[in-house]
Amino acid sequence: MISVTRAEVCAVACAELFRDAGEIMVSPMAPMVAIGARLARLTFSPDILLTDGEARLLADTPPMGATGAIEGWMPFSRVFETLAWGRRHVVMGANQIDRYGNQNLSAFGPIQHPKRQMFGVRGAPGNTINHATSYWVGNHSARVFGGSVDVVSGIGWDKVDSGNPAYRFVNVYRVVTNLGVFDFNGPDHQMRAVSLHPGVEAGQVAENTGFEVHGLDSAETTRLPTGDEQKLIQETIDPRGLRDREVKAVKS
Amino acid sequence: MTGVTDKRTTLEEAVSSIESGMTIGIGGWGSRRKPMAFVRALLRTGVTDLTVVSYGGPDVGLLCSAGKVKRLYYGFVSLDSPPFYDPWFAKARTTGAIEAREMDEGMLRCGLQAAAQRLPFLPIRAGLGSDVRAFWGDELKTVTSPYPTDDGGFEELVAMPALTLDAAFVHLNLGDASGNAAYTGIDPYFDDLFLMAADRRYLSVEKVVPTEELVKSVPPQALLINRMMVDSVVEAPNGAHFTTAEPDYHRDEKFQRHYAEAAGSDESWGAFYATYLAGDEADYQAAVRKFTADAAAAKEASK
Repeated sequence: MISVTRAEVCAVACAELFRDAGEIMVSPMAPMVAIGARLARLTFSPDILLTDGEARLLADTPPMGATGAIEGWMPFSRVFETLAWGRRHVVMGANQIDRYGNQNLSAFGPIQHPKRQMFGVRGAPGNTINHATSYWVGNHSARVFGGSVDVVSGIGWDKVDSGNPAYRFVNVYRVVTNLGVFDFNGPDHQMRAVSLHPGVEAGQVAENTGFEVHGLDSAETTRLPTGDEQKLIQETIDPRGLRDREVKAVKS
Repeated sequence: MTGVTDKRTTLEEAVSSIESGMTIGIGGWGSRRKPMAFVRALLRTGVTDLTVVSYGGPDVGLLCSAGKVKRLYYGFVSLDSPPFYDPWFAKARTTGAIEAREMDEGMLRCGLQAAAQRLPFLPIRAGLGSDVRAFWGDELKTVTSPYPTDDGGFEELVAMPALTLDAAFVHLNLGDASGNAAYTGIDPYFDDLFLMAADRRYLSVEKVVPTEELVKSVPPQALLINRMMVDSVVEAPNGAHFTTAEPDYHRDEKFQRHYAEAAGSDESWGAFYATYLAGDEADYQAAVRKFTADAAAAKEASK
């Protein structure tokens, strides 16, 4: 029997975010998601566009940390235009995320006098109101998934003003964590379990989440990588094993 | 025959016209192609109460370290590589020392575009529903589109106010004496907009060359800055240090970590200040060369 690690399951779950995405720019903000995006491009979503983390669009799909042939130019100004255009799916991290998908990567505590300062809201407000946004959380805990977020950086579904058509492009799509895959198709767009990774119990997710996760009992099991996918992850995309630094090597 | 105006000057002369209470814009992005020589020169002045507009990196950090910032307009402040978070910006925020006008990254460009086009505002979707509006209070308003959507609704959008600057500082790779300049790296960032949004425009470059040499050295598309956009030109080799000015040099990761660690205590910052910031730009560059040589010697000795 083939042995599969939790990190490999997470990489596949991240890749699945981009299934049927078509010809759009994919912006992974963490190594695990970058591994998933490369896997998607090498398998079921060959048309997605990826950058090298700077302003080059990659024609090749090089291993993590390596460079490859390019196919175009994507400076920050063009990123802003592309995101307003909507042809983008970003996967951000989150210091906090609530039941409606509001995300914080700015600071903890009061807005003008925080207890801890992180980056600031960065592009999260513009990303979330313009195009598909997902999140990757490598350490699923009640600290991250709490009752409310201190600084709403990426907006959640409860912020959508149905009377204002400017919100019509909001698509807070999914959250992938080390425990499972979640969407916002619970009641009133609350977080719902889509699948739990092999070996993860519903109770473990409930215990590590500060709000009720819908659909825990009916959640499926996250699929394992195929043999080809596993080989791609191990040998082609991430030979240095960056994935195992983000998610401990639990055998699935 | 008279030629075009020669705008070359010194760092000290350039920053001498900056006054307390002014609004200044700083080009570059995060820890990339920041006009650090100008920032260091500003630290040597008595200027205070600045309002700063920046895609922030250690430029913001250093200005905060000297207590020069009153209000900050920014989307983020990042060192772009470990330890990522700027310690002086964090200190300024967690002590409540600065008034934060935090916003989406795209909003900042939008505000510079409005200023450059002499418009009071430009509409943008970014910011709606987020806590950006809580940072700004009444200073940030919305505007309702006069045009209906296909469904007959009317969009209410953020009316991003013009970020009009008293002064702007940018650093490019190559320029001439009259203020034409090229970036030879991969991204122009928003340096052109910073200059066009400002009343007084300060350009530093790695190297000043004759115009004929400038235009022969780069493709025309790299000539981001033309001389209408610039009042003063300073040749400042290694002037973006310790941020990256690729392809001339990469970020000095060792030095950036040294900067971040030095902020950890009054004692270590005192030593950092005395070594690198108490003198002029030439002293700084000499101290950096010594830092690099000492690190190389230590590495050799540990072999």
